[in-house]
Amino acid sequence: MSTTTTEALSDTTLLRFATAGSVDDGKSTLVGRLLHDSKSVLADQLEAVERVSASRGQEGPDLALLTDGLRAEREQGITIDVAYRYFATPRRRFILADTPGHVQYTRNMVTGASTAELTVILVDARNGVVEQTRRHAAIAALLRVPHAVLAVNKMDLVGYEERVFARIAEEFTAYATELGVPEVTAIPISALAGDNVVEPSAHMDWYGGPTVLEHLETVPVSHDLAHCHARLPVQYVIRPQTAEHPDYRGYAGQIAAGTFRVGDTVTVLPSGRTTTVTGIDVLGEPVEAAWTPQSVTLLLEDDIDISRGDLIVPSQDAPATTQDVEATVCHVADQPLTVGHRVLLKHGTRTVKAIVKDIPSRLTLDDLSLHPHPGRLVANDIGRVKIRTAEPLPLDSYADSRRTGSFILIDPSDGTTLTAGMVGESFAAPEPVKDADDDGWDF
Amino acid sequence: MTGTTGSVATVTEETGSPYALSHLDALESEAVHIFREVAGEFENPVILFSGGKDSIVMLHLALKAFAPAPVPFALLHVDTGHNFPEVLDYRDRTVARHGLRLHVASVQDYIDRGVLKERPDGTRNPLQTLPLTEKIQSEKFDAVFGGGRRDEEKARAKERVFSLRDEFSQWDPRRQRPELWNLYNGRHAPGEHVRVFPLSNWTELDVWQYIAREGIELPEIYYAHQREVFQRGGMWLTAGEWGGPKDGETVEKRLVRYRTVGDMSCTGAVDSEADTIEKVIAEIAASRLTERGATRADDKLSEAAMEDRKREGYF
Repeated sequence: MSTTTTEALSDTTLLRFATAGSVDDGKSTLVGRLLHDSKSVLADQLEAVERVSASRGQEGPDLALLTDGLRAEREQGITIDVAYRYFATPRRRFILADTPGHVQYTRNMVTGASTAELTVILVDARNGVVEQTRRHAAIAALLRVPHAVLAVNKMDLVGYEERVFARIAEEFTAYATELGVPEVTAIPISALAGDNVVEPSAHMDWYGGPTVLEHLETVPVSHDLAHCHARLPVQYVIRPQTAEHPDYRGYAGQIAAGTFRVGDTVTVLPSGRTTTVTGIDVLGEPVEAAWTPQSVTLLLEDDIDISRGDLIVPSQDAPATTQDVEATVCHVADQPLTVGHRVLLKHGTRTVKAIVKDIPSRLTLDDLSLHPHPGRLVANDIGRVKIRTAEPLPLDSYADSRRTGSFILIDPSDGTTLTAGMVGESFAAPEPVKDADDDGWDF
Repeated sequence: MTGTTGSVATVTEETGSPYALSHLDALESEAVHIFREVAGEFENPVILFSGGKDSIVMLHLALKAFAPAPVPFALLHVDTGHNFPEVLDYRDRTVARHGLRLHVASVQDYIDRGVLKERPDGTRNPLQTLPLTEKIQSEKFDAVFGGGRRDEEKARAKERVFSLRDEFSQWDPRRQRPELWNLYNGRHAPGEHVRVFPLSNWTELDVWQYIAREGIELPEIYYAHQREVFQRGGMWLTAGEWGGPKDGETVEKRLVRYRTVGDMSCTGAVDSEADTIEKVIAEIAASRLTERGATRADDKLSEAAMEDRKREGYF
C-alpha cells in the first residue's frame, strides 16, 4: 500500500459484498483471514486479538475475534448482527457485510445482501451442500445479488481432494442455476490454513482458478444499471431564494437507475406532467449527463409542481402506477405481519399509508416449498403479500431494478421497520415449487 | 469550495466503463443522498462539529449537497474545555464564512456548576455525553449528524447509518432496525432522535484522499509541526493548563502531528514529518496502527469502552 500513489488509490472502484455460512463453517475465520492476509489488520488490532486469545488459553490468535464487535458476541462466540468491514487492495476497495449464519438471523442476511453485488456462500467440505447452503443460495437469488461465490472450506480436512470439491461445486451450481443465480464461481479453500483465500494453495495443484481475493478484485462491478430505465426519486427541492440565485429551482436526488441527459423529455409521476431537462448539476457543477448512483440536481424547463416523493422518468419509458402491490417480502421484525395490518410503505423517497390485503403464501426455506395462506408472517419468514396503498405508486419490478423495485413496510405506531419487499412476480402460485415449469422459479 | 474538479464521475482504468464511479465518487454520492434524506424528513437536524477532519468533511459534503442553497442545518460543538486553540479558531472562522448557526454544549459549564466531576485520570471525553444529550433534548434536535465511521472501532462497525436513540440518547445494539437497500427509516417518537452517520462507509484513508481531492482546509495541527509534548500512557500529549505535565513527566519539543482531534487530555500526537497532505496520505497508507489505537487513550480503558459509551449516548 505504501508504494501506491494517491491518484492510483482514488481511481479504484468499490465492491460491496456479503458473506453467508452456517455457524461452524468457518465464516469468521475466512473474514479474519481475508483481512489479515490482505494486510488490512493493523498491529494494534492484532495485538488485542492475541491478548484475548492468550487469556482464553488459545494457542494462536483467534481471527474470528477481529469481527465480533459486541460484548455479547464475544461472550457467546457467535455473530448476532451484521457488521460492515472495510479493506482495500491496490486494485479495489471493499465493503464487506459480515452476516450471521444462524437460521433465526435470516433477516440479517437479507440486510447484508440488499446492497451487495456479490455473496460468498461458505460450505464445509466434509458436509457438502446442506439445508443452510440452499437457504443462503435462495436468499441470494431472491435479492438478485449478481454474483455468487461458493467457497468450499476446510479442504485441509478432506485431504485437499479434487473429487470432493468437484462434487460439491457441481451440486451447488446446478441448484443455484435452477434458482436463477446468474453466475457461480466455486473456489476450494482452507480459511484456517490460508489456502486460496489470498495466496494460491500449494496443496491443490489441480485447481487452476482464482483465489477468493483475486476473484473479488476482478469480478465486474455491474454498470448495466446505467443502461436501464432512468429513474430519479425526488428527495428535496433546492430553492436558494438568494440575491445570487433568485430563480433557481432544482430537484435533488440520487439516480436510482439509468442515465439522464440535458434535453431529455421527462414525465413526473404520479402527476403525469411532462417537461424537458434543461440542466443537470452534480453537486454544484453543471454536466451534460449523469447516471446511477450519482446524486444530482435536475433543472426543468417548466415550473410544475414537484415535491419530495415524486419520481422523474423519461417520458417514453415510464412505469405504470398502481395502488395494488404484489411482492415477495422478508419479514424482519419481531411483531408479526398479518392480513388487515395497517402499515406505512416507503418506496424510494415516498412514504404512503397501506394495508395488507392478503398473504397468499409463505416459503419454507428448508425445502423451498410453499405454504398457502399462512395468515401471518413472523420474523425471518419469506412470503408473498398483496398490499393496497392509499396513493398510486410508480413501481418497477425488482427484477428490473433493485432500487425502484424495492420497498420497506413500517409500523405507523412506533416506527419499527417491519418488512423488506420486492415488487413483482415470484413464487406466487400457492402450489409446491416442485410443480413449477422447467424454467425454474421466477423469483 | 475549491478543487472540485474530481466530483464528476471519471472513467476508471480498471474497467474502462464510462459508467463506473470511482470509489470516492460512490462514497460521496451516498453521503449526499443521506444528507438530503434527513433534510427531507426531519424538522430540526444538527451537525455535530468538532473541528476534526471527519466533521469538516461532513460539512463540506453538506455544502455540496444543497448547493447553490445554504446548508439547512445548524452546527453543534461539544466543547470539552480542553480544546486545541487552533481548532476553536478554525471552528469560528468556518461558522462565519458559511453563515452557519453554532450551538455549543460546554463540559466546563457542567463542571463549574458541580453537575459533572473531573475524573481522576483527567480525561474529559466520557464527560461529553451528558452535555451533548441534554443539549439535544433542550433544543429538540430530531436528527444529529455524527462523523463516526464503521472502520474506527469494532462496536462502530455494528452501527446503522440511521441509528434510533431513545429519550436518554441510548444505543441498544441488539434492537437496531435492519437497514435495507438505501431505504433509511427515520420514524421516531417525540423525545427520541436519530443519529445519522453519512461517513459510515468511509475509511480513514478515504477521508484523507477526499480532503486532498477537494482541497479542503484543515486545522494546522493535522500536519507535522514543532510542539511541546510530554509522554503519558505511551502517548505524546500537549503540555498545557489542562493538567500536564505532572511530577515525573518532562516536556520536550518534538516534530509531531495529530491523526485525530479531540480533548487534549486524551488525544495523542504521533511523531511525523508529514507536513503536506501527500505526505500524510503516504504515512497513513503505510501505518501499521489504527487511528484510535495510535492516538486515543479513552478507547483503551476496556475492550468494550466504545460500546459502553455509545450505549450511554456518546456519538
